[in-house]
Amino acid sequence: MARTLINLPKTAKPGEVITIKTLISHPMETGFRPGADGRILPRNIVTEFVCRFEDEEIFRAELFPASAANPYLTFTWVATASGRFSFTWRGDDGFDQTESAAITVA
Amino acid sequence: MGRSDSIDRRRVLAGAAGTVLAVALRPAAAAQPRSETTESAIRRFAGDNPIRPGRVSLDLPPLVENGNTVPLAISVESPMTAEDHVRRIGVFNEKNPQPNVVTVHLRPGAGRAQVATRIRLADTQRITAIAEMSDGTYWSASADAIVTLAACLEG
Repeated sequence: MARTLINLPKTAKPGEVITIKTLISHPMETGFRPGADGRILPRNIVTEFVCRFEDEEIFRAELFPASAANPYLTFTWVATASGRFSFTWRGDDGFDQTESAAITVA
Repeated sequence: MGRSDSIDRRRVLAGAAGTVLAVALRPAAAAQPRSETTESAIRRFAGDNPIRPGRVSLDLPPLVENGNTVPLAISVESPMTAEDHVRRIGVFNEKNPQPNVVTVHLRPGAGRAQVATRIRLADTQRITAIAEMSDGTYWSASADAIVTLAACLEG
């Protein structure tokens, strides 16, 4: 399991625009770089990030080798109701990890 | 090897010694052939629709010390309502081995069309962000970055 950092407010007022920051530890090996033996290291990157709120997709990103290691993404969302965000990263070699975070809107 | 080559190349260019030398040295620096041109990647994103400059702002440091991690922030002027919002934002580079940097899909509920990430830059180059609006129009902005330590190609 890769380490993740997810940062969003625990509580928000209805209608407030919240910023969600996410980071996952991942080498994002580009597939263009030679290793110690001079041979090109195979590509190993996160290709897709999806954020859902209560099963509704709210944000999606397609990532490429041009993304830095430990891909970091921030985006915004209007808090309307309490619920759970889920964050899914998918990538090469069957990489698939999902984390979640809750928000209380009152 | 790429490093000393690129310093030589920069001196040559700075000395305005002429484009002939620059062309002669270029294959050594560009060790990786590009899989796709920037232009064709942009066309794959936007189709044949016209792309107008404006509405997008791209925040990229003009001088990058380490091309392995470059902060990039994009915002698009949009009310983000169900009728008028940003659907997608595509970011493209000129000189990395692949033209795509990142593509994000937004929903009107985002409230603001504002995203940030960190990217890799293999060379001094121009980055272009293109936003697709819900009315099917495309808007773009570009920013230049000078890179002193390149990413991707070197260990």
